[in-house]
Amino acid sequence: MKKLLKNEGVQAFVAAIFCILAGLLIGYIVLLFINPSGASESILNIIKNFFTWSRPASRIKQLGNTLAKSMPLILCSLSILFSYKVGLFNIGTAGQYVAGACASLYAALAWGWGWLPCMIFAMVAGALLGGITGLLKAYCNVNEVISGIMLNWIALYTANTLLTTVKETASPYTLYLDKVTPGALLPTLGMDKWFGNDKVTIAVPLTMIVAVIVWIILSKTRLGYELKATGNNRNAAKYAGMAQNRNIIMTLMISGALAGLGASLLYQTGYMRWECTQSSVPSMGFNGIAAAFLGGLHPIGAVFSSFFIQHITDGGQYVNTNFYSSQISDVISSVIIYLCGFVLFIKLTMKKIIAKSDEKKGAKQ
Amino acid sequence: MLLLIQYTLIFASVLMLVALGGCISEHSGIINLGLEGIMVVGALGGALVMSSLSTSSAIVIVLAAMIAAILAGMLYSCLLGVAAIHFKADQTLVGTAMNLLATAAATVLVKAMNTAMNPDNHSSEIEYVSARKMFIVNINGFEFNWFMLVAIIAVVAVYFILYKNRFGLRLMACGEHPQAADSVGISVRKMRWAGVLISGGLGGLGGLCYILAGVSIWKFENGVAGFGFLALAVMIFGQWKPTRIAVAALIFGLFRSLSNTYIGFDFLTRLNLPGNVYNMMPYIVCLIVLAFTSKASRAPKAEGIPYDKGSR
Repeated sequence: MKKLLKNEGVQAFVAAIFCILAGLLIGYIVLLFINPSGASESILNIIKNFFTWSRPASRIKQLGNTLAKSMPLILCSLSILFSYKVGLFNIGTAGQYVAGACASLYAALAWGWGWLPCMIFAMVAGALLGGITGLLKAYCNVNEVISGIMLNWIALYTANTLLTTVKETASPYTLYLDKVTPGALLPTLGMDKWFGNDKVTIAVPLTMIVAVIVWIILSKTRLGYELKATGNNRNAAKYAGMAQNRNIIMTLMISGALAGLGASLLYQTGYMRWECTQSSVPSMGFNGIAAAFLGGLHPIGAVFSSFFIQHITDGGQYVNTNFYSSQISDVISSVIIYLCGFVLFIKLTMKKIIAKSDEKKGAKQ
Repeated sequence: MLLLIQYTLIFASVLMLVALGGCISEHSGIINLGLEGIMVVGALGGALVMSSLSTSSAIVIVLAAMIAAILAGMLYSCLLGVAAIHFKADQTLVGTAMNLLATAAATVLVKAMNTAMNPDNHSSEIEYVSARKMFIVNINGFEFNWFMLVAIIAVVAVYFILYKNRFGLRLMACGEHPQAADSVGISVRKMRWAGVLISGGLGGLGGLCYILAGVSIWKFENGVAGFGFLALAVMIFGQWKPTRIAVAALIFGLFRSLSNTYIGFDFLTRLNLPGNVYNMMPYIVCLIVLAFTSKASRAPKAEGIPYDKGSR
């Protein structure tokens, strides 16, 4: 047991579970505070999400919806953690996600491109936006958090302007993808039949592959090593002959490409359409931060934590809306992010306790 | 033209207040990225007071709303203080979490209150039409807002606190070299708490000012549209100095107000640009300005680094 607890991965897992439980508890308290009578049922519904449906077919279908929305979240959290490993807090992921959504939708609706070119175009758009943050950071020393936020808003308004040209005349939403360019919809590989839900597409296996690739790049390749070294100490990396500026720009471009890919994997399923009058940056990129930290900043951990975050976010729609609003899920996930700030402390405490008991044992012997 | 000046001044006041908050916090060594969230909470505190107080006395409402905003902001900034000062948490992460939490929690809270009063009302809006009028003095068509005066007072006060006062010099020492400050008997923790709390108060005040700037009904789902971050950019452009921050805030305020008022200018409407271009303007200007000013950064040396007595 003690040996198990000494393992870094296990420690990260324990810390994550602690954050989740505390987050849910605080969410529950908020619900109790608003209205005690329906609180227990609502918090259970948030945790159950698709299990709240009684028919198995509906459950599977809702699971499909959660899966479809988890994939972009996984990619956003990969985007965050990739840059975080290199010492960059890419809050611009949210904007790079917007750029990806804009590029893929515009290419599909205005130019009638197929699904693969659209997807690649989205990645390029995300990478370009990330590249701007990288250039500013590398050559002008602009804090990447501030420039990222500014670019988020610039991307949002640009997307609104561009996508207005391909929107329905009667509503603020873009045209239906399946009616205008069915070829831009992602292939489902027959998975739509298993789930009874055509939103489950190639995105799922593709995302898993990307997660593994990110993990390999970060931990098994020279490139990953160089990037991490640059993150740990920019000057030392420069001294060791690494092209630090190039590394910073490349990191943010890869990070942006991941976010852009995530957007294309959501919007090209036809799950949702872009609202051309929206006045806030989609929260997907920000939720990616929660997922990345909850997953212990590990690509495989991010897969599970993203699914969990999406799970409770979707669960938010099953709260009793007579008293509560679905944003309670956002409260829970933001509390989880906040608590992730304490992970370092939790890990240190665990280590201290283990070391102390080891000491006691040693003294007895 | 009068409208442009009016909007410039009011948006500049928001940016001044919040940027000064960020400036004090960073001088104490804590990066306050949660200002955006603090603004939301401050705005919520002020809005609640404004919508619930029913006196007709302008002074009472103005003061009560301002005090509520300051207290709400201070209370909320404790989240940052506890995590960053006592638990050595990553300040960027905590700040981001605070921003997300503020908007989500404010939405949940306001919706719950609206629904409790009227079961069919699921909006996240608070109205304060009559209260807003009390903040405004009409001078020949120019709407003077008391917050413009508050912002100027804040600039002067922060200037004196930082440079002409023992407390301020000690505070800045904790942001430059906390070990040295500690060695001469200054409590780094206390100073950093002071920095965080003051920035919370100023941030909350700025948030209230923001929702009073142009409208008398606020939808809390929308947060404050990146204004907290814009204020941080103002602070960087102002090189962490109160007087320069004031100038920077005026410049940014001008660009922000263009999106509200460009329709009134013939030469701008003739350009026939989409309205979104003006919405983007402050952010673009901010990026360009940062690109030119960040190189020779005068940031406090120890900002963002948790204080560790043992490290050298």
